[in-house]
Amino acid sequence: MADFDITSKSMDGIASHGTKVGLARVLGPAHVWALGVGIVLVGEYMGWNFAVGKGGAYAALIACWFAGILYSCVAMIDSEVTSTVAAAGGQYTQAKHIVGPLMAFNVGLYLVFAYTMLEAGNAITLGYLISVAADMTGATQALDQRPFIILSIVFLAWLNYRGVLATLTFNLVITAFAFCAILVLFVASAPWSADSPLAHAELMSGQAALPYGWLGVLAAMHFGLWFYLGIEGTTQAAEEVRSPARSLPFGTLAGIMTLLIAATLTWYICVGFLPWEYLGDGVNGAVAPLFSAAQMTGSNALVIILGFGTLFATLASANGCINDASRAWFSMGRDHYLPQWFGAVHPTYRTPYRSIIFLVPIALIFALGAPLDQVITFSILSGLLGYTFMPINIILFRRKWPLDTIKRGYVHPFHPIPALVLLALCSLTYFAVFLGYGTQLIAMVSFYIVVSLWFHFWRYRFVKRADQFTMPWPKPRGY
Amino acid sequence: MARYIPPPQSKLGQVIDVIVLLVLSIGALYIPLWMGLAGSAKAPIVVDNPTWESLGQNPTMVERWNQLGFADPASAHDMITARFDYSFTWGAMALMVVVIVGYFALMLRLSEKEYREVIAEKFERR
Repeated sequence: MADFDITSKSMDGIASHGTKVGLARVLGPAHVWALGVGIVLVGEYMGWNFAVGKGGAYAALIACWFAGILYSCVAMIDSEVTSTVAAAGGQYTQAKHIVGPLMAFNVGLYLVFAYTMLEAGNAITLGYLISVAADMTGATQALDQRPFIILSIVFLAWLNYRGVLATLTFNLVITAFAFCAILVLFVASAPWSADSPLAHAELMSGQAALPYGWLGVLAAMHFGLWFYLGIEGTTQAAEEVRSPARSLPFGTLAGIMTLLIAATLTWYICVGFLPWEYLGDGVNGAVAPLFSAAQMTGSNALVIILGFGTLFATLASANGCINDASRAWFSMGRDHYLPQWFGAVHPTYRTPYRSIIFLVPIALIFALGAPLDQVITFSILSGLLGYTFMPINIILFRRKWPLDTIKRGYVHPFHPIPALVLLALCSLTYFAVFLGYGTQLIAMVSFYIVVSLWFHFWRYRFVKRADQFTMPWPKPRGY
Repeated sequence: MARYIPPPQSKLGQVIDVIVLLVLSIGALYIPLWMGLAGSAKAPIVVDNPTWESLGQNPTMVERWNQLGFADPASAHDMITARFDYSFTWGAMALMVVVIVGYFALMLRLSEKEYREVIAEKFERR
């Protein structure tokens, strides 16, 4: 099989990255929506409930809404920058053009780790779900979940290897089903009826209301992010959408609205069915809370629908994560931030196939060896570092290229308020992670400090300077 | 500004770079797990001879616990009484702030230095 190195200038044909074989521009706004919501919707099916464990049910709701504000800021900022920097790599490519190479290298790693850990979390949940299904169908021995974890990751990697259109069309269908399953459970719970099995008042009374007081509300912000984590992944498709200026803002903002609805409904259903202590324990209690809530209804039909909803949500998310992590890794390879071997596009399927394959064992290491809350925390921390970069990014973007200097596909309103709100909420979330998971926080930031030094003093020598700046923009102001 | 020509990197060098990055990342994520430092300080608060009442559970909660397969208070005791320990020292918090702020300051400073080279080479050779 012939190799086509996308970094080759001698094979020029498409845009600044120069290759005959570029990524295929085949996606529309619905695919962008499916990519964003597909990655994130699993956050409604698992993981968010650790926020209940950290602060109680009310705290989780407050965290859900504050996290919603945080992600609305992310979506607004991201839509403006991405509608202008329409290239694979998303925030990585933005950082390269706006802040600088070292920031870009770090942002690329945030993306890879956030998505790869999320993919591992999805595979863990899928393994759990299959073991529960085995129990329900009369298995006499505990099912070994590991083959299912491995099979799911390898199957989705193969799907990604074969082509982005098939991958994201698959995501569109299964994401729509998973979203509808939440609506079905909500309607079936009949919250407007006096006979509704939902018992919010009784399950949230007394010490169950705010078991940790207001400190618990702060702490819950840590896992509150899980309701939406990954929506920023829509930008990874920038080089593969037919009309980036239209599709990316539309798909991203429609995605965040969908998720705000889904997150609130999920919270309402789950805390109305399950005691907060059970709901908040995502390891020994409600691993898949919507599925657990469906089991409480006593309806086999709902159990099956929510079982498939959980299954599809984990598959859609893992699928999108492989797509996004591989694009970020590919982009870093293309720019020689990593060995350029990774910057290759498959000559037939036009996918970053080497990056896709390379990240499979890394996802497996964590899916098979780390507990779910740790994997989720790793993912959240990488995402959080990425969100902290975004306000810096948009402020520098507006300063270096004011609105009248380059055309944007979308201009977000009220600048710099969203950037400042995002920065404030990120600071709050660092403190929330510190409460209970401080060691991981310090370990992860220390890792990024070490790799930053490694990149600056060693790896960067292999990077061409001017070739990193590929957008047809004027010189930035102040340089 | 003179155009910077990067030195060629051997295949072995590229492989070593990937291995270094992998070891650092897997190490940073796994070492806290292996050392038992990772995870939350969440532990049950022991209640002797627990009853549903002493565990603070009302009849609706008890009904839900039963439905979930917890037939008696003892079986649900650990889950109901488990609490995070949110106590912290100001020193630990100051360390967190210094590490995070220091990281971003370091990164922005070094990035700016690299970025100026990129812009100079990109726009001055036009």
